Amino acid sequence: MANSSKQLMLGNKAIARGLFEAGVCFISSYPGTPSTEVTEEAAKYDEIYCEWAPNEKVAMEAAFGACLAGKRSFCAQKHVGLNVAADPLYTMSYTGVNAGMVVLVADDPGMHSSQNEQDSRYHAIASKVPMLEPADSEEALEFTKEAFEISEKYDTPVLIKMCTRVAHSQSVVETGERNVPSKTYEKDIAKYVMMPGNAKKRHPFVEERTAKLREYAETAPINKVFMGGTKVGIITSSTSYQYVREVFGDSVSVLKLGMVNPLPEKLIKDFAAKVEELYVVEELDPIIENHVKALGLKVSGKDILPICDEFSQTKVADAFGKETPCGLKIDDEIPGRPPVMCAGCPHRGLFYVLKQNKCTVLGDIGCYTLGAVPPLSTIEMTLCMGASIGALHGFNKVLGGEAEKHTVAVIGDSTFMHSGMTGLANVAYNQTNSTVIILDNSITGMTGHQQNPTTGYNIKGDPAGKIDLEALVRAMGIEHVRVVDPYDLAQCDKVIKEELEVEAPSVIISRRPCALLKYVKHNAPLKVDKDKCVGCKSCMRIGCPAISIRDGKAVIDETLCVGCNVCTQLCKLGALCPGCEGGDK
Amino acid sequence: METKNIMIVGVGGQGSLLASKILGHLFLSQGYDVKVSEVHGMSQRGGSVVTYVRYGDKVYSPVIDEGEADYIVSFEILEAARWLPYLKKEGQIVTNTQQIDPMPVITGAAKYPEDLADKIKNAGAKIDAIDCLAKAKEAGSAKAVNIVLLGRLSHYFDIPEEAWMASLEANVPAKFLEMNKKAFELGKNA
Repeated sequence: MANSSKQLMLGNKAIARGLFEAGVCFISSYPGTPSTEVTEEAAKYDEIYCEWAPNEKVAMEAAFGACLAGKRSFCAQKHVGLNVAADPLYTMSYTGVNAGMVVLVADDPGMHSSQNEQDSRYHAIASKVPMLEPADSEEALEFTKEAFEISEKYDTPVLIKMCTRVAHSQSVVETGERNVPSKTYEKDIAKYVMMPGNAKKRHPFVEERTAKLREYAETAPINKVFMGGTKVGIITSSTSYQYVREVFGDSVSVLKLGMVNPLPEKLIKDFAAKVEELYVVEELDPIIENHVKALGLKVSGKDILPICDEFSQTKVADAFGKETPCGLKIDDEIPGRPPVMCAGCPHRGLFYVLKQNKCTVLGDIGCYTLGAVPPLSTIEMTLCMGASIGALHGFNKVLGGEAEKHTVAVIGDSTFMHSGMTGLANVAYNQTNSTVIILDNSITGMTGHQQNPTTGYNIKGDPAGKIDLEALVRAMGIEHVRVVDPYDLAQCDKVIKEELEVEAPSVIISRRPCALLKYVKHNAPLKVDKDKCVGCKSCMRIGCPAISIRDGKAVIDETLCVGCNVCTQLCKLGALCPGCEGGDK
Repeated sequence: METKNIMIVGVGGQGSLLASKILGHLFLSQGYDVKVSEVHGMSQRGGSVVTYVRYGDKVYSPVIDEGEADYIVSFEILEAARWLPYLKKEGQIVTNTQQIDPMPVITGAAKYPEDLADKIKNAGAKIDAIDCLAKAKEAGSAKAVNIVLLGRLSHYFDIPEEAWMASLEANVPAKFLEMNKKAFELGKNA
């Protein structure tokens, strides 16, 4: 790992390399696309302690504790994860750090795998924490190291902002050696105990620090000016910079901001003075643009470029009235291919039963959000991590008994540990007869199989503490706790009906590991008995990608089918079976 | 050299990430600047996925837009049709003929278009369509569709076979190397 040759590296992996070289000793994160690989890759270095925390707030607090103790520390999350961790962040801005601490936030313009398109730069501005924004893997590595220098020099946590196209693109990097600075912990109540009297003294420090950081930004090499004539000048950052260079090459002048908070006001004014027309090219909200306008400069930005969705070279070229190539087309309508629950997904059977029972299902964040898409179309609400249980309580409280008999929350094991527990505490405390279903697939699925406090393993796959969901739920005072196998439709149906009827809060744990987990043994793919199959499409109601209809008969894709047998429970003719006579022809 | 663009398109879970990794490694070994852009997360769950590979003297953008792709490497024929507008006028498609029904087709909400290879050709594209699944099975694993496609793609490049093999070796586990080499050859000579 220490060789220093040029190599192609994913942006997130380059951050991890930067953490290694910067001498980071402690990392605590909660997974979230597109940030997950940073912590996964860092965990491959034996020199760095890494862990998955139950949620982003806990992760950030743990990282703060490590930096307080004198070791460089780090935490990573996706954009919405920073909302969860905003509470410690905003006050860490006041306390500052001991050893350096860096917080990564990964935005997802275009919402490849997210529920909103929020712009995390607002968090940097509101918390008054400096934010660096790399534009490729090489900068991801370099900026990570620089962030720790800034953190220690200016006594502040430092944010690094990634976006999907930087996090999940590979580009060339050159690696260096690891260097581990460390500090000792010293008691300092005035700095670290943020009660009013102390915080009042720290706020002016924060304002002075911002002024100093602005001075740094004016001349630091992290912000770069490329002069390419005096007609057009473009201020940009991150992946937008790449699109600008792709479209214009060296034909325009560019101010590339590597530090997006605080902004270098003098540098911006000087740059503006050198060009006739000034533009800002930035994804999502007009944050740099508004700042430039506040400096009294004439600038164009969101009047020609969209606020919604991610950019590309064509979008930038279009905005500047440049010609773009168009491609070929066929006349046929191309059917969409939305993501679906995998063949053998344990969530599928459970959702089918909820649909059959005409339940109102309040959902949560995870693979199982796909329970909202046809043909199951079961989930009716998804908001944020943990909201299913919080909302179920409010829904049932105002609608009362009738709603309680057909409304459920569904939440994954990892999401429950993240922020479902507190919602359940509210159900137990303020008493609704709510029915909560924990979809326990024994892993954090959507983000690509990360361990969590219920799995019994840590980030390296070694044995770790294991929280017993049944015991935890009972300890909250929930007496009705049932466990079902989601592959067994009759059992699920019976238990769900019983628990919806009961005049008490209940928790149903739908337990079966994710079908993609390596240790899960699969059955042989099912076969279709063509003599028995009448093409009634009963088996199609569960929306399994392994089943389709060809020439009026069901066909099973043997490369996808894992023999879960959920479909066989829907076929009244017995046409689907592991070793059907007559088989697939 | 002007930047060249390769799109790898398919259905989540078909192995397009490995194909892009091998290509990235290959072009870097040939002395080019390279960018590879992937998609992770929800789209990987059986959805339409696309990976961009760009190489040249200096590569800026990590993505490829409409009308820019020199090559589209497609794991499934409907996906080749979906991404056709991204092909340059003189570009080349290399595609697997396999048909995987998307959920709207499975539920009956949409129809899978017929004779896609012919329609793509009639639209003016150069298309090289082969049954990669059959070749992959012949090599020893249905999962080797990605390597069969790369073997076929290698036809269109003036890069020595040893360099392709070196990238294969660097990116696939040793115990599957022979099978993958066979898949590559079967694709190349298809």
